[in-house]
Amino acid sequence: MSNVFILADFMGGVVTKTTSELATLAARIGGVTAVVLAENGRGSALASSLVGPISNIIIVENEGFNKHGVAASADALAQLINERKPSALLVASHAFGKELAGRVAVQIESGLITDAVDVGADLTVTQLVFGGSTTVRSKVSHGCAIITLRPKSIEANTHCATPTLENVSITISESAKKAIVNSTEPPVKGGRPDLTEADIVVSGGRGTNGDFSAVEAFADALGGAVGASRAATDAGWYPHSHQVGQTGRTVSPQLYVACGISGAIQHRAGMQTSKTIVVINKDTEAPIFEIADFGVVGDLFAVLPKATEGITARKS
Amino acid sequence: MKIAVCVKQVPDSWAEKKMVNGRLDRVNVDAVLNDLDEYAIEEALQIVEAHGGNREDGPHRVTLISMGPERASEALRKGLSMGANDAVLITDPALAGSDALATSKILAHVISQGGFDLVICGTESTDARMSVIPAMIAARLGWAQLTFAGSVEVDPSAAKVSITRVTEAGVDAMSANFPAVISVVEKINEPRYPSFKGIMAAKKKTIATKDLATIGASAQSAWSVVVDATPRPARALGVKIVDDGSAAEKLVNFLVERKLI
Ligand SMILES: Cc1cc2nc3c(=O)[nH]c(=O)nc-3n(C[C@H](O)[C@H](O)[C@H](O)COP(=O)(O)OP(=O)(O)OC[C@H]3O[C@@H](n4cnc5c(N)ncnc54)[C@H](O)[C@@H]3O)c2cc1C
Ligand SMILES: Nc1ncnc2c1ncn2[C@@H]1O[C@H](COP(=O)(O)O)[C@@H](O)[C@H]1O
Repeated sequence: MSNVFILADFMGGVVTKTTSELATLAARIGGVTAVVLAENGRGSALASSLVGPISNIIIVENEGFNKHGVAASADALAQLINERKPSALLVASHAFGKELAGRVAVQIESGLITDAVDVGADLTVTQLVFGGSTTVRSKVSHGCAIITLRPKSIEANTHCATPTLENVSITISESAKKAIVNSTEPPVKGGRPDLTEADIVVSGGRGTNGDFSAVEAFADALGGAVGASRAATDAGWYPHSHQVGQTGRTVSPQLYVACGISGAIQHRAGMQTSKTIVVINKDTEAPIFEIADFGVVGDLFAVLPKATEGITARKS
Repeated sequence: MKIAVCVKQVPDSWAEKKMVNGRLDRVNVDAVLNDLDEYAIEEALQIVEAHGGNREDGPHRVTLISMGPERASEALRKGLSMGANDAVLITDPALAGSDALATSKILAHVISQGGFDLVICGTESTDARMSVIPAMIAARLGWAQLTFAGSVEVDPSAAKVSITRVTEAGVDAMSANFPAVISVVEKINEPRYPSFKGIMAAKKKTIATKDLATIGASAQSAWSVVVDATPRPARALGVKIVDDGSAAEKLVNFLVERKLI
């Protein structure tokens, strides 16, 4: 049986659900080896937090991962792949994951496909392109198939096997140590679910006029995450890490609620593949209505509080 | 300081994009300078302007580099009218259908011949949307990778560059010695509009068009192949109501129907 590598995905030192999704896809193809890249002394704790059909975990501890960023992690992974020759490498699709995949592809001379929403047993990759209007299926035709997976694209198998553990030590190449990370500030974590992992996302735009309380209250009633348009993050009303869109996060929740957002193409690029889209906007001409499953032409400050009340009443 | 800015010509974001024989149809669509690359050009210009500018006889130069079809010279001309000194366009029939690996190989090859201190890219091309070219160029050249920069500070006398990297994983303060590959996010600056004077000056600037033989490189075939591309059914037309005081209730009912609450 072929061997497939996944790169265990962590955010702020905590394993993400995407890791289980990667394992689930990889298990369709072959035996799953999860690679954990960790700072010294953190490897086994991180390894024991992995969930999913994983048969083997390789732990690599190195102080270079935090100190030299993407390049160091990619270099270690490329060395491992050159030695173990897996048929595929699956990585989470975010800034770090895509850059790492790109560097590994260069280093091990293999093809790369980013932003997969599905991968078949024969390594056929499905992507949604052009704002979700076209489905493309493709295959890597050279070397190890390097694929980045968009979070929340598939149902994760959270069944836990008992994986074997292996510690491997690696010397990071000098050329991967050229950049130095002097300090790191993790994103502020509120009480709400993470944007990428949330089943429900409620976003506010310029229409909130800086007051996100109605948007937050509605998100809380639904147990959802809060997103924002660029107009809102640029104005400093909400942190940049919550920006949804082309130059922000890409989300694909069960429900996306756009409040006071006009629906510029750059915003749509980050939320267009949401399963259900609800819109609240004063302007009946706003382009966001074109992709709404349920659109309300109205004032978000009137509609949201009442809807929040309605949901809270139903729950009690 | 010699700065290279990698720019790409892409189909207009609003244009309807189609696949023809497994490739993006780049012929029958309006093409523009990738808007995220305007931030890269602007940042390069601001860096040289902070150190005396990029006059023709001065020590600082901003060179645009692009790989693409011949008409990509239009996008380069726009960058020149913003204030870059000159441009190189790598164009060759053998490069059509290149993937990111092949593209980064050519770009890295051209950059390695130019004696640059810094390379600045956008974070993403709006057509490929891969965000991998800058990292690949850094890996190929063995240069420092300083990507997703929300701010850039350059100290030319110390040959040192510092950035803040802004991603969903937080904010990192990073630094490196020259040479380095940078990509910039759109929060970093406000790209200037070309002035009339800039547009006139750009007409006299050089765009050196080179094929593979001229740069001494060979094309590499794409390492992934498209099996098929199918248009997805358009989203079913939704419900649209005007709030008359009952919209909130109808909205909650809709969410219940869809089993979202
Ligand atoms: C290179 C580049 C990258 C970009 N990346 C992104 C990105 O990642 N994400 C992103 O979102 N944008 C991005 N943009 C910006 C994008 O083009 C739009 O400018 C932005 O999305 C607009 O935000 P908005 O919809 O909140 O504001 P607006 O377009 O101003 O819309 C506000 C809407 O609120 C409505 N409204 C006002 N008051 C109320 C009320 N009381 N109740 C209900 N509705 C109300 C109005 O009718 C209007 O439709 C990018 C732009 C560029 C050039
Ligand atoms: N064909 C190209 N020619 C020059 N620069 C490019 C090309 N393709 C991508 N780039 C640069 O790489 C960045 C990221 O592109 P991508 O990895 O395609 O999303 C862009 O913003 C450009 O700066």
